[in-house]
Amino acid sequence: MRWAVLQFPASNCDQDALHVLKKVLGQDAEYVWHKETSLDGADAIVLPGGFSYGDYLRCGAIARFSPIMPAVKAAAAAGKTVLGICNGFQILCEAGLLPGVLVRNASLHFRCEYLSVRVENAATRFTSEYRSGQVLRLPIAHGEGHYVADDATLDSLFANQQVIFTYCDAQGKNTPESNPNGSQRHIAGICNRAGNVLGLMPHPERASEKILGSDDGLALFTSILKSI
Amino acid sequence: MIRAQVIVRPRQSIFDPQGDAVCRAIQQLGVANLKQAHVGKCIELELDGDDVEQARAQLETICRDLLSNPVIEDYVLTLSPANGK
Repeated sequence: MRWAVLQFPASNCDQDALHVLKKVLGQDAEYVWHKETSLDGADAIVLPGGFSYGDYLRCGAIARFSPIMPAVKAAAAAGKTVLGICNGFQILCEAGLLPGVLVRNASLHFRCEYLSVRVENAATRFTSEYRSGQVLRLPIAHGEGHYVADDATLDSLFANQQVIFTYCDAQGKNTPESNPNGSQRHIAGICNRAGNVLGLMPHPERASEKILGSDDGLALFTSILKSI
Repeated sequence: MIRAQVIVRPRQSIFDPQGDAVCRAIQQLGVANLKQAHVGKCIELELDGDDVEQARAQLETICRDLLSNPVIEDYVLTLSPANGK
């Protein structure tokens, strides 16, 4: 299985993602600079976290026009696996590969901490190694993670089981206090209708080794490996 | 030359935390009758040429695709010829 980890100007979780794929999981993974126009047949594409283009205009608004993005859209349309983490999630929303948009945290604070995230749907290529309802410890680090969409979009995301992760407390309850950014309906991660494009604000790549405090994120990557 | 100004504003239905914080700051400074504040962006552009309608057609697409996100924002595009340059 071949992985492409995209690098935009001011991506800063690209090395973390490549480390997990190559060093922890022994995968064939390479960086792809955003000015490239080919993904060289990668089976899975990671859009990493960071602050592409300084978050100018809106997070991900300029990166969505990078030369590599038509290849990402083509790969998504062909059913390849596309994973957007944090800024990568923002880029996928701006590119129209996922519905909705991520705006400034309701508190206006940048939140950088471990928190609890509930697996809403374990029947996807990203979550098959989890159980539905499982509570994960994952880190977040963002100022713009407040998921917004209109009510019809939110209803259809839930009806079609496209909500993959929600913020919760340690017991798995979606309490107001457990929502770090004001996201509508506690949404932390969603997939597209076809189920091959996932975006999430928490960082599974920073929680894939015990020494880092949690390896709850690793199963997201091993789920993808199992799906190919 | 043509000058264009794009005002991008958060949609009324979307919670605007920046506007809310600014509103509370202004109230704390003594403007007790302030009801609301919204924070947007003003983008100023200059284009060569003098065909305002052609420029409008070009920029409407840019406003929709890049300068604003219709899920959360509205925009107003204003164009004017800038004579003498």
